Amino acid sequence: MSVLTDGHSVTEEARNRTFGPLYSRNAKAVIARGLMATKSSNWLVMLSGFFEPVLFLVSMGVGLGAIVGAVQGPDGAEISYAAYIAPALLAVSAMNGAVYDSTWNVFFKMNFAKLYQGMLYTSLGPLDVALGEIFLALLRGLLYATGFTAVMGLMGLITTPWALLMVPASVLIAFGFASLGMGITSFLKTFQQMDWINFIMLPMFLFSATFYPLSVYPQYIQWLIQAMPLWHGVELLRQISVGAFTPATAIHVGYYVLMTALGMLLTTVRLRKLFLK
Amino acid sequence: MHNKAIVSSNPLADHPAKQQAVIAAKDLRKTYGDVAAVDGISFSVPAGESFGLLGPNGAGKSTTMKMIGAVTQRTSGELSIMGLDPDSHGPEVRAHLGVVPQQDNLDEELKVRDNLLVYGRYFGLPMSYLRPKADELLEFAQLTDKAKSKVDALSGGMKRRLTIARSLINEPRILLLDEPTTGLDPQARHILWDRLFRLKEQGVTLILTTHYMDEAEQLCDRLIVVDKGRIMAEGSPAQLIREHSTREVLELRFGSERNGTIGAELQGIGERLELLPDRVLIYAHDGEAALEEVSSRGLRPLTSLVRRSSLEDVFLRLTGRSLVD
Repeated sequence: MSVLTDGHSVTEEARNRTFGPLYSRNAKAVIARGLMATKSSNWLVMLSGFFEPVLFLVSMGVGLGAIVGAVQGPDGAEISYAAYIAPALLAVSAMNGAVYDSTWNVFFKMNFAKLYQGMLYTSLGPLDVALGEIFLALLRGLLYATGFTAVMGLMGLITTPWALLMVPASVLIAFGFASLGMGITSFLKTFQQMDWINFIMLPMFLFSATFYPLSVYPQYIQWLIQAMPLWHGVELLRQISVGAFTPATAIHVGYYVLMTALGMLLTTVRLRKLFLK
Repeated sequence: MHNKAIVSSNPLADHPAKQQAVIAAKDLRKTYGDVAAVDGISFSVPAGESFGLLGPNGAGKSTTMKMIGAVTQRTSGELSIMGLDPDSHGPEVRAHLGVVPQQDNLDEELKVRDNLLVYGRYFGLPMSYLRPKADELLEFAQLTDKAKSKVDALSGGMKRRLTIARSLINEPRILLLDEPTTGLDPQARHILWDRLFRLKEQGVTLILTTHYMDEAEQLCDRLIVVDKGRIMAEGSPAQLIREHSTREVLELRFGSERNGTIGAELQGIGERLELLPDRVLIYAHDGEAALEEVSSRGLRPLTSLVRRSSLEDVFLRLTGRSLVD
C-alpha cells in the first residue's frame, strides 16, 4: 500500500472513492459526452423525433377529428377529438424516444462502436454509464414533451394549468421505458432480435386506447392492454390534461415507478454480467 | 519539442520501495465454461519495467490483460495492481491504468481533441487540467494539426497514436498495450515504437502483448512466453535466446518435396535440427561453418541464410510451433 500513498497524481481523487466496482459517481461525464456528440452530429435525428407526434396530431386530430366530432373526456365532459388523442400521442412519443435511445442507440454503441468498452477501461463503472445514458434519454424526452405541450397550447387544446404536469409525467414514462429497454437490449445480439422490439411497440401504440377508448374491446383484451405499460401512460396523461384525478392516477404513477425500479435493477445486473465477466 | 515529460517524473524512481511490484499475479486462472483461457500463471512486474507477454493468438494474452485492466474478473488465484485487488476496486485500479486495446475504440462521434477531453472526464478530471494536457498529448502523438478533424478521417497509424495519447490522459503509472502495432505498416510501427520508448524513458511501466518478435526485442526488458494459458519461459529477450536457442541459425530451403525427407542427410550438423514444411532450420553456434558442412556433404539447398537467433526460435523450441501461423 505504501506505493499508493507516495507521489501525487491527478487521479488520486478518483482512487479515494469508496464505492463498489459498479459505480464511481461520475455519470455526468457520460452525459457531457452525449451532449458533445449531439452537438456535432445527431441533432437532425432529434428534430425528426419532435415532429412525428405533431404530424400525427395534425392529421388525426384535426383531419379525422372533423368526422369524429366531440368525444367524452376522462372526467365525463365532452372534448374535441384532437384534445382526446393529444395526451396519448405525447405518451407514445415519450415511449418511442426512450425506447429508441435505450435500445437501438445502446445496441449500436455496445456492439459496433465499442463505446462502452472504452468507457469501462476508465474509472467509470457500468452503473455510471447506464445512468448517464438514461439521463440523456430523459433529457431528450423532456425537450420533446415541452415542445409538444407548447404545440397543444398553440392549438388551443389546453384548458387547465394542470396540463403542464404532463411534462414531468412524460419524463416518468420515458424513465420507465428507458430503464427497462436498456436492460432488455443487453440480451439482444443480432438485428433480427432487435426487430422484435418494433413488433411489440407497434401494436402497443395502436391498441393502448390511443385513438379510442378501451371499452370497445371484450373484457379479456382489456385486461391484456391494461397489463401493458403504454396504456398506463396514455391514461395518466389524459387524466392530467384535463385535471381529472382519481385513485387510478396513483396506480398509473405507481406502475411506472415500479417499472423504472425493476428496469434499473435488470440493467445493473446485466451490465455487471456483460462487462465485469 | 517532444522530449517534454508526458507523465510527471516517476515518483517511485528514488524511493526505497522501488522494487515493490506494481503488478503481482499468483496462480492466476480464468476459465470460460470448460476452457481455461489462462491456466495458472504467476509473475510480478516492478515499477518502471517494460514487460511483455509473448505468444500466438489464443494463448491467453488478451484475457490476462483484461484481468490486469480490471474489466474481467479472474476465476481463481491472486492478482494485485498497485496493491489493490482489481475485482473489488475496479474504478480505483483503472484510475492508475492507461489502456490501449487491440482494436481502436475511439469515439467516432467526437473530434480528435474532444476524444481526449471526454476520455479525461471519464476519470473525473477537471477541464482546467484537461485542456492543456490534451494539447500536450496531441503534440506527443504528432496530431496537433488534426485536433479538429473527425476520427474517421485519420489513417490507421494516426488512430493508433490517438488511442495511445488518450490512454495517457490520466498520467497512468501503468500502460497496458494489447498488440499495439498489429495491422500497421512498417513506418507507422517505427513511429509508434519511438513514442513508446519515450514513455518508457519517463518511467511508465509498460505491459504489452505481441506476437511480433522484433517488437518484443525492441521494447521489452523482460517477457514471459505464453502458450495455451501457461507460462513456457520467462526472462529478458537476450537471456531467453541464450537459454533456449543457439547463437545463430542456418535456414535452408530444398523445395517443398525434399524439405521433409532431407533430415536424415543433415543429421549431426549443428546442435539441433528443425524440419518445417517450407524450410529446414539448423541451430548452430557458427552458422557459416554449418553451411560449409552442408556443402561438403554434397547437398545443394535452393536458398540458404545465416541469421541470429530470435525469440521466434525460442518459441519454436518451447512449443514446437511457430508464432505467426
